[in-house]
Amino acid sequence: MALRAPLRTTPREPEPLTARGAAQPTVGWSPARRVLSYHAAFWARTWRGQVISSFLFPILYLASMGLGVGKLVNSHAHGVSGVSYLDFVAPALLAMNAMQISSNETMWPVLASFKWVRTYWTAVATPIRPRDIVAGKLTWVAIHVAMVGVIFTAVLFAFGALHSGFAVLLPLAGVLTGLAYAAPIAAFTATQENEKSFPVFYRFGIIPMFLFSGSFYPISQLPGWLRTVVQFVPLYHGVALCRTLALGQGSLAATLYHLAILVALAVVGTWLCTVTFRRRLEA
Amino acid sequence: MALAATLRVFPPGALGSRRAIQMLERNVVIYRKGWYFIVSGFFEPLFYLLSLGIGLNHLVGHLHVGSASLTYAAFVAPGMLATSAMNGSMLDATFNTFFRLRVDHTYDSVLATPLSVEDIALGELSWCLTRGSLYSVSFLVCMWALGDTLSPWAVLCLPVAILTSLAFASGGMALCTYLRSWQDFDLVGLALMPMFLFSGTFFPISQFPSWLQLVVRATPLYQGVALARSCNLGQFSWADVGHVGYLLAMSLAGMLMTSRRFRGLLAP
Repeated sequence: MALRAPLRTTPREPEPLTARGAAQPTVGWSPARRVLSYHAAFWARTWRGQVISSFLFPILYLASMGLGVGKLVNSHAHGVSGVSYLDFVAPALLAMNAMQISSNETMWPVLASFKWVRTYWTAVATPIRPRDIVAGKLTWVAIHVAMVGVIFTAVLFAFGALHSGFAVLLPLAGVLTGLAYAAPIAAFTATQENEKSFPVFYRFGIIPMFLFSGSFYPISQLPGWLRTVVQFVPLYHGVALCRTLALGQGSLAATLYHLAILVALAVVGTWLCTVTFRRRLEA
Repeated sequence: MALAATLRVFPPGALGSRRAIQMLERNVVIYRKGWYFIVSGFFEPLFYLLSLGIGLNHLVGHLHVGSASLTYAAFVAPGMLATSAMNGSMLDATFNTFFRLRVDHTYDSVLATPLSVEDIALGELSWCLTRGSLYSVSFLVCMWALGDTLSPWAVLCLPVAILTSLAFASGGMALCTYLRSWQDFDLVGLALMPMFLFSGTFFPISQFPSWLQLVVRATPLYQGVALARSCNLGQFSWADVGHVGYLLAMSLAGMLMTSRRFRGLLAP
């Protein structure tokens, strides 16, 4: 705690441009773009390590659940909700992957930037403000999820799991699901002093959400009380949205409802981020 | 001649001495503060069982394995048991061993005491096994409570899970000595994830084309899953002897290799 911000000497607001700084414009959202370019540069050097978990694992899940378990489901119940089991599970995996990527990006790496690597402290020693860090980070998460989403949508297309033109919007639905997780989690991480809560959140938050949010079966299979609980899980709305887009089924009202919840979470989460980041970095 | 050869392959003390218990004690002391890490590890397979049991039971209907007809939850449960044994011991055998071996240099400090390299290997192995067994016992109780145990033979799932833990713990530790950096753990995940998804855990491997069935039959997790399922159903075949033999051989080979590798890496 004593070592929290020993070296930061710059004032809170960006300094007036010096003769040297004038060569590089620092107005508008430019500081945030610098944060973004940091994340992009970092990713460009380390993406290989993430390929396995962000591409290969969802595809393996798709093969195991969609094809393997799908065969059992299709032969007994003749598919789910009028479509084959693969088609039912496939869009859900996209939403789940978005949740996975976003939560992984905003737990350990964000705490590392505060505590172990201290990147954020370096950043705020420049004209970059905490809100720029938030904007840059969340924009980066959105881009990351979008890139994976585009490729994953192509994979789903190859599996023959897409049945509607709206499916081109799947990466966007993934981005929204991702931000609905990334923003609140990053806000939470900024309040943490150590990583102890992360494995707990992962095991009692992420994994149950992954398993019970109507991804592998319609939530009508769940007992009534659990169905009520699931309504509060962002992933449920992300899965429902992705499924609507992929299959072209579902009412407009329900779609707008899911959309509204995800947007609300992303917006409120982003606002919370600016508060908690500022509190920590300007303390 | 035969004795000399035997002694070369299995040198006395290669499997450690009684001092290994000190290593086990060290881990128990360490985890007294982090007990919730251990407790929380138990819930993951339970969540899978609950989720798939509740949700897919009606959609999948009854499965036919041998002469038995069983619900989907009862089909998945032994698979989850073997998987939790694998995950529980692999987690310790790879991540924690790597940390102690390469990052924290715990073992170098331990070697400054009367403990030998083999004691370390055996002690760490017993710890992995203890953790894996705890998960297995508690999972088996849940399985029974949920009505997914189908015969009294299901009790034998416990030794099966422990044997699976042992095989993965010793194999995992041997493997761990070859890892160069944290990035290499992606490769470990790359090996574990397909086994988890395709070893007959979620659907019978009879769905695969025959060449792929052969590949699956050669993987270690399949042995545990198949054995646990036989025990749960109370229907055994000669293949089960093969599964036991496979896991025993893997355990022994892993232990010897771990001892040898540790000696090379740690001994001055």
